Amino acid sequence: MTARSDGPVAGGRWGTPARHTALAVFAVLVLFPFAWIVAASLKNQIDLLMGRVLFTPTLASYVEVLFGRTSDFARNFANSTLVALLSTALVLVVATLAAFSLYRLDWPGWVLSALLAWSVIFHMIPPITLAGAWYAMFREVGLDNTYLGLVLAHATLNLPMALWMMGVFVRDVPRELVECAQIDGASMGQVLWRIVVPLVRPGLAAAGILCFVFSWNEFPVALVLSQRETATVPLGIGKYAQENTIAFTEMAAASTLSIVPAFVLLLVAQRFIVSGLTQGALK
Amino acid sequence: MGTRPRRRLSPRAWKVLTLAPALALFLLLTLLPLANLAALSLHEVEWLDREAVWTWVGGRNYARIAEDTLFRAGILNTIVFAVVAVALQMVIGFTLALTTTRITRGRVFYRTVFILPILVPGIVIGAIWKLMYSFDFGVINQILLLLGIAPVDWLGDRSLALISVIVVDVWHWTPFCYLLLLAALETLPRDIYEAAEIDGASFWQQLRRLTLPLMAPALVVTFVFRMILAFKVFDEIYLLTGGGPGTATEVISFTIYRRFFTEDQVGYGAAISLATIGVIAVLIVTMSRVATSREAAT
Repeated sequence: MTARSDGPVAGGRWGTPARHTALAVFAVLVLFPFAWIVAASLKNQIDLLMGRVLFTPTLASYVEVLFGRTSDFARNFANSTLVALLSTALVLVVATLAAFSLYRLDWPGWVLSALLAWSVIFHMIPPITLAGAWYAMFREVGLDNTYLGLVLAHATLNLPMALWMMGVFVRDVPRELVECAQIDGASMGQVLWRIVVPLVRPGLAAAGILCFVFSWNEFPVALVLSQRETATVPLGIGKYAQENTIAFTEMAAASTLSIVPAFVLLLVAQRFIVSGLTQGALK
Repeated sequence: MGTRPRRRLSPRAWKVLTLAPALALFLLLTLLPLANLAALSLHEVEWLDREAVWTWVGGRNYARIAEDTLFRAGILNTIVFAVVAVALQMVIGFTLALTTTRITRGRVFYRTVFILPILVPGIVIGAIWKLMYSFDFGVINQILLLLGIAPVDWLGDRSLALISVIVVDVWHWTPFCYLLLLAALETLPRDIYEAAEIDGASFWQQLRRLTLPLMAPALVVTFVFRMILAFKVFDEIYLLTGGGPGTATEVISFTIYRRFFTEDQVGYGAAISLATIGVIAVLIVTMSRVATSREAAT
């Protein structure tokens, strides 16, 4: 353990064991619903309805969710993966180019301020308010119920966050480095690809992971813009709640499956997610 | 900045081309839709064979807003939901951050646990809690049963539903407030506190005179950030209660969804969308002003 600063307020009058306990209780409260839903997904309907704590685990709900004839969940999963990957790729390219342009290509100050101010305002607007207009516009150009429409909408929703994050990283690229490369005869494209992109790679990872997860999770806009063929995972889960007799264990299994991508990303790339979340919120 | 050498490939072209995609997305998919909403809000729109038929109605859609009880319930519930939920998250998150700054063991584990809820789809959080709140077999009523307390209809009782929904949001977002505030606390200079300690300042004096003023910017940012998200709430409530029972948990995003899509009142839906954006902009600007000046005063 490195010698961390003790932190400013030294835990009041609480002893260390008490503080450890408080944190542990907090963690248990956060984890409990996840543990409960995983347990519910492994029960059969009767065990769940009887509230049995001890039960014989079964994968029947998962089999039904993934392979059942009436279940679209596998399709939903594929749709979500496709839309999240494409919208993330799009938003990363657009945001990186824009950040490079705004911070390194001498735009007048008001252009930068105007774009950042607008992205803040846009970020405050509930997506459902724009979803109506998107629906009307997409419908007129034939983009309703298409992957492209959903990809464009998700990329737009995530653009403000990606722009702020990439801006933070591009600002850290030394101007001298860019200028030296140009004096040495590098074209702007080479500067961007060989110097800027490698230096902002941590930013790309952080922004990319968050954009992927937020696109994957996005519900209201997908609800408006897609129908059965392009429906994403959240729509699939929302559908369970709409049915007259809710298949509870299947809803639990689908919920568990839908958390897997974010959970894996959290385990393998936690430091990027942390830097992204704190940067996105605090800078 | 005039030192930049002229390149063979026109720098002007680069400058414009690199910014163009972002500008295009913003213009076409944020500004144009807002203009579209403004136009829609002055019309009555019907769909005939994928062909929109617009009828001019002037300000009639806006006049209707005043009489829309659902809209009024939506705005009120959204404000109550946002204020209560965010206040609880800030207080619990900050208290916990203050008491755990010294803890070093298990940091990575705790951070992983506390980030998890933020990365889970809102709709899934709704699904999880809908099962846990279930009257017949939910774990919460089971625990009550063990304690000898009669089961409670958490989501079906008009007076309880909004509180139940707020509890879910507090569970969802308190860990995030905690992480942000903890990160900010740990950047505060240690030596001031040592000086205060030597001067014999009590815990409460240190908190009031040092920590709160120093933490003001982080507190305001966390508060505003959470407020913005709280006003957008939709997913969890869609699954938990669908706005019910009655209008007990009707939030504004839900009203818009209902009017615009379920009832297909496109013109009126556009009008309440714009009205909502207006209300939210005013609320958030006022609140962050008040918060900033409050914090500055302490």
